[in-house]
Amino acid sequence: MSTHSNDHSIEAHDGHDHHEHHDTFWTKYVFSQDHKMISKQFLVTAIFMAVLAMVMSLIFRLQLGWPDQKFPIIETLIGHWGKGGKLDPSFYLALVTIHGTIMVFFVLTGGLSGTFSNLLIPFQIGARDMASGFLNMLSYWFFFASCTVMTASLFVEAGPASAGWTVYPPLSALPQAIPGSGLGMTLWLVSMVLFIGSALLGGINYVVTIINMRTKGMSMTRLPLTIWAFFITAILGILSFPVLFAAALLLLFDRSFGTSFYLSDIFINGAPLHNTGGSPILYQHLFWFLGHPEVYIVLLPALGLASEVISTQARKPIFGYKAMIGSMLVIAFLSFIVWGHHMFITGMNPFLGSVFVFTTLLVAIPSAVKVFNYVATLWKANIVLSPAMLFAIGLVSFFISGGLTGIILGDSALDINLHDTYFVVAHFHIVMGSSAIFGMFAGVYHWFPRMFGRMMNKRLGYLHFWLTIVCVYGTFFPMHFVGLSGAPRRYYAYTSYEGFNAALNINALISSFAILGGLAQLIFVFNFFYSMFRGKKSVQNPWKSNTIEWTAPIEHLHGNWPGEIPTVYRWPYDYGKPNHDDDFIPQTTPYSETTASNLPGEV
Amino acid sequence: MINLLTLLTIVLALITGWRLMRVLELVRDLRGDEEDVITDADNKFNGRAFLVFLVLGFAGMIYFTIDAKKYLLPVAATKHGVLTDAFLYQNFLLIIVVFFITQFLLFYYAWKYQHKKGQKALFYPDNHKLEFWWTVIPAVVLMGLIVYGLQLWISITNPAPAEAMVIEVYGKQFDWTARYSGQDNKLAKSNYKMISDDNPLGVDSLDASGKDDKITRELHLPVGSKISFKFHSRDVIHSAYFPHLRAQMNCVPGMTTVFYLEPTITTDSMKMITNDPKFEYILLCNKICGVAHYNMRMKLIVESEADFKKWYATQTYVFARPDSTTPVAPNSVIDSAKTVEAMTTNKKVVANK
Repeated sequence: MSTHSNDHSIEAHDGHDHHEHHDTFWTKYVFSQDHKMISKQFLVTAIFMAVLAMVMSLIFRLQLGWPDQKFPIIETLIGHWGKGGKLDPSFYLALVTIHGTIMVFFVLTGGLSGTFSNLLIPFQIGARDMASGFLNMLSYWFFFASCTVMTASLFVEAGPASAGWTVYPPLSALPQAIPGSGLGMTLWLVSMVLFIGSALLGGINYVVTIINMRTKGMSMTRLPLTIWAFFITAILGILSFPVLFAAALLLLFDRSFGTSFYLSDIFINGAPLHNTGGSPILYQHLFWFLGHPEVYIVLLPALGLASEVISTQARKPIFGYKAMIGSMLVIAFLSFIVWGHHMFITGMNPFLGSVFVFTTLLVAIPSAVKVFNYVATLWKANIVLSPAMLFAIGLVSFFISGGLTGIILGDSALDINLHDTYFVVAHFHIVMGSSAIFGMFAGVYHWFPRMFGRMMNKRLGYLHFWLTIVCVYGTFFPMHFVGLSGAPRRYYAYTSYEGFNAALNINALISSFAILGGLAQLIFVFNFFYSMFRGKKSVQNPWKSNTIEWTAPIEHLHGNWPGEIPTVYRWPYDYGKPNHDDDFIPQTTPYSETTASNLPGEV
Repeated sequence: MINLLTLLTIVLALITGWRLMRVLELVRDLRGDEEDVITDADNKFNGRAFLVFLVLGFAGMIYFTIDAKKYLLPVAATKHGVLTDAFLYQNFLLIIVVFFITQFLLFYYAWKYQHKKGQKALFYPDNHKLEFWWTVIPAVVLMGLIVYGLQLWISITNPAPAEAMVIEVYGKQFDWTARYSGQDNKLAKSNYKMISDDNPLGVDSLDASGKDDKITRELHLPVGSKISFKFHSRDVIHSAYFPHLRAQMNCVPGMTTVFYLEPTITTDSMKMITNDPKFEYILLCNKICGVAHYNMRMKLIVESEADFKKWYATQTYVFARPDSTTPVAPNSVIDSAKTVEAMTTNKKVVANK
């Protein structure tokens, strides 16, 4: 569907009804070009990948929590890698690597942006579909292929990639260095290249759609914050993913064609290699040039979803709409000039390190503004505590907790002793992992009726939320102390050194919470699939929301709206406006119909 | 068989869950609850739960923090480490205050301003004054942190003074080797192509400054001295991490990295401080480097100048010294006890400080 937004013709829609009858199973569910179906495809794929990555984390949490015990279930799950119920040390590294890769890229990038950018961009800006339905379909299928290759790499005989999710060379470049750097690593790179293709196709589509296809009256300053977040995220992706592509390509060359971009002066397995002149640090620069914006590619959509949910359920306008957009823009800009804070102790010039300290700590300012704005939105609100709202509040809580420890890690002098310890693991799992996944949960609970026309069960939603937030804090708060006791990350066991008592004792507690938290996610999975088929039918606008996706019919149809696309007359956050009967005024209501409540200048 | 039973259990559990949901839904329909609207009862329950979570969460965190104190690293054993620790605790103080205030407001508001029928929220879309202040105040505080943090960073990373004892720490899968620069305080050049069984670090035998270089499998540092570490790796990236010295630097093949520090507490004193007779300093690898990454470490001993000299005298030279009074075996088996014994007779005591 390529109807231009300004073309509100009824003919366009008539064309559809006719078209719809020709949908076969293949064109409707598999090779769909409809943004709503593609969004569901992304979501279901991401849920599958998330469960896979979560099970991996539980396997290595068993090992870390109780290093002296044997768990027959490990052998059941991973066969000879867990012989006798004992996890193999090299497969432990493979598990942490693939867990990280899947969670960061497939769940929180592909899954989060793919699902909600696709669902909400056309719906909330008032477009009949994405600018290019075909590119959108390609984006999903690249993503699917990428997931398939990554999953397939688990079955490689020598094991999948095991050099950590950042796959630093030379470890990732030399099969002699670690078994996972053979075929497993090749598949990792192939999968990543496919993923980057998907991210770029999707990102370009999102940007073009938002710029060109807004409905009548939908100026940029009337866009919901979700759309602003997706817009900025897509731009970040377009600017940074190609750099990861370059990094992966050069690594592929070093691995397969004997080049020396990242390799120099290496003596391994009793023989010197011919490579000279390269620098492993170059890879880190390239990787983190994507890697840091990537953090915000993960986080911004979650913050966007949370902004929308918080304002809607607080029945109160988001506090400081323009400051929210401004802080997202500043965060996005800064995210490109902070990558060096991942590399303070690589031997990078200390002066360069100083520059990165400066830019990194600046990020705290717009982040603080966002937090204060969220809290101010809740002040004197009329808060409906729906499951989505609980998750959005949880997100803000994690954003604070994890953001604050970022102030410590961003300081190079303090990073010396904390770098690559569990303190870092705790920090990013809270601020990036948990925040983003809570944003995703908030989005799923809130827009489930928009996706499937049915409601998710709220009681299961509450149970899911309370178990999850307790387990997230129970898992990651104690991890800070493991890090402060000097325990490095990516260690298979801490039994060999007396000083690691903390790591040993606290790890059992952490693992218990992790396992309980993992089980709690089954409630969500069950609720999701159950409600998809058996959930109660949704009403037109279940959350009494202002945004225009709720004006489209519950039953999905090509082109989203029968007849004309609604025109927009106001910003999306007119909640609780004085002198108005209802506590919300949809964007489609003209000022002429609300003369009593109009503020000066609103005509 | 077990697998089959497990699978069967899972399937049955799913079916049970599914049927249970139906029963609950039917009961709900009979009672006529509006399931899809969030009721005031829901708001009340979850609002209270937020309060409980807030109180129990804070209590749990405080209890855990006090309890976990015993696990933290003991007092920093270097000059710069004392400063970074102090700065770390100032940072903690600041973020804990911000943490408690913001988390309290977040959860308290979620309870206090829960939805009630007929009530309306305050229409309050912005306040430029407020926004100005809560941008400026964090900015000022952060500037303070940045300026102080950078001063610290620069003082730590300044080039080592010329008189500092130069020691190379050399990483390879999966162990560490140290090379002391000897009397001239200069390390001989090395080249990875010269690595052999007899010359595990690839030291250039033509470089005269290597004559007095010694290699060791333990790292000994005289207390109160100035140490200029130079880091190397022969295969993949390693990271030399001294948690007790608050020092860490990556070891990167193809380049030299440096770290300067001054140890201030001997191992023996630390045993007293920690009240742990088994306490040892350690050098760990803290960058994933392969399957045995978690076992890559080296013993580190900080001792008095005299003890250090005594130990140093027993260590082997990189190359056999024809001018030495005692014939020295080639150091191909530097870690074997025999060589060390042979070396004890060597009277050549070299120490810079």
